[in-house]
Amino acid sequence: MTFLTYLISGLALGSVYAIIALGYTMVYGIAKMLNFAHGDIIMAGGYVAFFAFTKFGLGPFMSILLSVIVSTILGVVIERLAYRPLRQASSLSVLITAIGVSYFLQNTAQLLFGADTKIFPALLTEKSFTLFDGQLTISYLTIITIVTCIIIMIGLTTFINKTKIGKAMRACAEDKGAAQLMGINIDTTISITFAIGSGLAAIAAVLLCSTYPSLSPTLGSMPGIKAFTAAVFGGIGSIPGALLGGLLLGIIENLTKAYLSTQLSDAIVFAVLIVVLLIKPTGLLGKKENVKV
Amino acid sequence: MSRPVLEVSNLGIDFGGLTAVNNLNLEVNEHEIVGLIGPNGAGKTTVFNMLTKVYEPSRGKILLDGKDIEKMNTVEVNKAGVARTFQNIRLFANLSVIDNVKAGMNNHCVYSVFDTLLHTRKRNDSEKAINEKAEELLKIFNLYENRNITASSLPYGAQRRLEIARALATEPKVLLLDEPAAGMNPQETDELMNTIRFVRDKFNICILLIEHDMSLVMNICERIYVLNYGTLLAKGSPDEIKNDERVIKAYLGD
Amino acid sequence: MKNLINDLFGKKNRARTISFLMVIFAYILIEVLTKSIRMSRLFTSLLVPTCCYIILGLSLNLVVGFSGELSLGHAGFMAIGAFTAVCVSGLTSSVITNETLRLMLAVFVGGILSGLFGLIISVPVLKLSGDYLAIVTLAFGQIIKSLITNIYLGFDADSMQFSFVTNELNLNNGKMLLSGPMGATDTAKISNFTSGFVLILITLFIIYSLIDSRYGRAIMAARDNRIAAESIGINISRTKTLAFAISAVLAGLAGALYALNYSTLQPAKFDFNTSILVLVYVVFGGLGNINGTIVATTVLYILPELLRFLKDYRMLIYAIVLIVVMEITNSEKMKQFFDKGKNSIFKKGEDA
Repeated sequence: MTFLTYLISGLALGSVYAIIALGYTMVYGIAKMLNFAHGDIIMAGGYVAFFAFTKFGLGPFMSILLSVIVSTILGVVIERLAYRPLRQASSLSVLITAIGVSYFLQNTAQLLFGADTKIFPALLTEKSFTLFDGQLTISYLTIITIVTCIIIMIGLTTFINKTKIGKAMRACAEDKGAAQLMGINIDTTISITFAIGSGLAAIAAVLLCSTYPSLSPTLGSMPGIKAFTAAVFGGIGSIPGALLGGLLLGIIENLTKAYLSTQLSDAIVFAVLIVVLLIKPTGLLGKKENVKV
Repeated sequence: MSRPVLEVSNLGIDFGGLTAVNNLNLEVNEHEIVGLIGPNGAGKTTVFNMLTKVYEPSRGKILLDGKDIEKMNTVEVNKAGVARTFQNIRLFANLSVIDNVKAGMNNHCVYSVFDTLLHTRKRNDSEKAINEKAEELLKIFNLYENRNITASSLPYGAQRRLEIARALATEPKVLLLDEPAAGMNPQETDELMNTIRFVRDKFNICILLIEHDMSLVMNICERIYVLNYGTLLAKGSPDEIKNDERVIKAYLGD
Repeated sequence: MKNLINDLFGKKNRARTISFLMVIFAYILIEVLTKSIRMSRLFTSLLVPTCCYIILGLSLNLVVGFSGELSLGHAGFMAIGAFTAVCVSGLTSSVITNETLRLMLAVFVGGILSGLFGLIISVPVLKLSGDYLAIVTLAFGQIIKSLITNIYLGFDADSMQFSFVTNELNLNNGKMLLSGPMGATDTAKISNFTSGFVLILITLFIIYSLIDSRYGRAIMAARDNRIAAESIGINISRTKTLAFAISAVLAGLAGALYALNYSTLQPAKFDFNTSILVLVYVVFGGLGNINGTIVATTVLYILPELLRFLKDYRMLIYAIVLIVVMEITNSEKMKQFFDKGKNSIFKKGEDA
């Protein structure tokens, strides 16, 4: 039973990683850049939800909505101001800019909200239920997290496959030049990608902060790196890959913490990543790219 | 009849379900210049890619000096004596012209990392020797004056010549040239033809070349293979090929 | 010897001559300044770390600039060098009383061990490239940090003791070398500016020797065009492994020098942010540009320290500087402006 408990909480953590990983993977797939500031959007989303709920007295739903809206705008503005002028630049320049944006967001948050850790309120629910005669306790938050992840996955997959914008996104991921010749507006498509990724980051922020209720300016870094790892794990650029990578990473992390060692869980998670990449060099569900000679 | 250096039998490759090259038999003899021609998409470059193991052939056998290269990878094939150029030029764009050639001599100057760090006599002598050899090669290809500029700043024709020089620097037995005259004007093409003949004689190698410029092919090649839809359409001397009905049909369409 | 001097200072390579002269001149200037006038403590405290980061920057440039592979885990190599050096110095402190000798030994062992770990990277280098290899280096750096955070190592008169994850050391009046997340404590500070200077010279010598050799050409050829490099018989994974290994040795040297400059040092210091920090230096200095790395590292390392008076705004301004410089150097308008400038200088005659 305890195994099941760890597995389910691992699944919940993995769901959060998966939602964040979607942001990384979509941006990588379409803009071909590693957006290291993505983790800090999570942090921003967390603070917005925190202030909306505790200071402005908005309800849980309105707080989350506001958090999503602000994060989405933030994501789009960052793309417009910082990344768009670098469309022709080397990937390293873009990477350094993303790091600059990351530092910028963290330090702005520190100036505005202070460096101290804030306790995130129980925005969603603190209740839980028991199964098997009380042997297994599951919190509703865990269920909400997993269900949210499933809904997002289904919604996003439908969006990408069925809508016009979704098709434009796939076309851009395949070949930007050709997409442009077909009349697709690259800039708009990339903006939408950032908007979706950032909005998802805000949802992830609320779920993450509800599970681990502490809020600080560097909140996003580690989940950011982990989710990025998850995206690579599943095959960066692949949406089902992000889900698979996120879930596996969450489960592996939780089970290692439970059965092997808390201190070594990071080392083990990253070691698993390396082993997976050695066996499948483009991640679990990644496509192999062929070079034409 | 001279000895074959490169012998290809029943060579074929499939990409997914598509057969790109099939049942190809070809040989290049000592001291020979052989042409490989055919319409666009006939599979000529694919043949080069198989010969250099950029692609792994699905079937068939490639013998180099009688030795099967089946187990070799691209690097080992080069060490065994096959060097090539590329249809879309692949120079080391940020290296100087002479360093491009010296990079080609990498396996012919043997000194260790320790020789490198300690600047031993072995290292210095070796560097001096390859420097001389590289300069000599550059002179042949009329690139000596530009030896210290970066390769990417050379004009197009010069870049094609540098690629040949770099391939020759590996001291091959067979040189594969993929459209060496593409983008050159008639005068440059003429010079190139002379240079190709010259290096063939000087380094005693055989050459297999893909080319669309028929004047060059008919002029320089002793024998020609014609590829169409991945299979061999015809082979023979330039005169035979020129008058071959099937070849004319393949080029002009039905 | 004559060859060597010719190689180093000959006309052939101006960038190389500038590198050495620049570093030597800076050293003499700083030495004279510190000896003649009282420099602030902040200034003198920055000298050794600056040397370390210059070496680290040069080391990373070898991988990123010359070999063309992105490494996001260089702090890991630095950490290996750092904590190895602390252990070597701690263990031999009673045997080797001469500090310079002990420093040399510690730095040497730190570099070698880090280099061995660099060879481990050759396993993924054989199979991966591009962003995927970059992720592996990131993961590698995290693993190293995580492992060192769990090592407890100490010794007393009777024995040397080691434990992993939990501190189970039972020392009898002994000395802790590594104490898990606390890292190294009570280390003898034996690094100094002169040793940093000498190590920079050694690093420059190694890198310039490598670049101007068959190995350097192979490394750069593999970077510029992988397929063409293979076609002329260059073994890609072997050359990339060599670049990683030598880079790891240099990063280890830097780490060793760094560690022996502080009495306490925590493994958390060598996290992802440190790797990124050095990457920023390298990109600012220019990929494959050695003098650029030296200057950029010095400026960018000292800049945040000089901005201390701005207090909380310091890192914010640093972030803005990063973004703005990237935007400016990559902007089309700026490029046109500079090209115009060049044209007006160099092409004056042709227009007439």
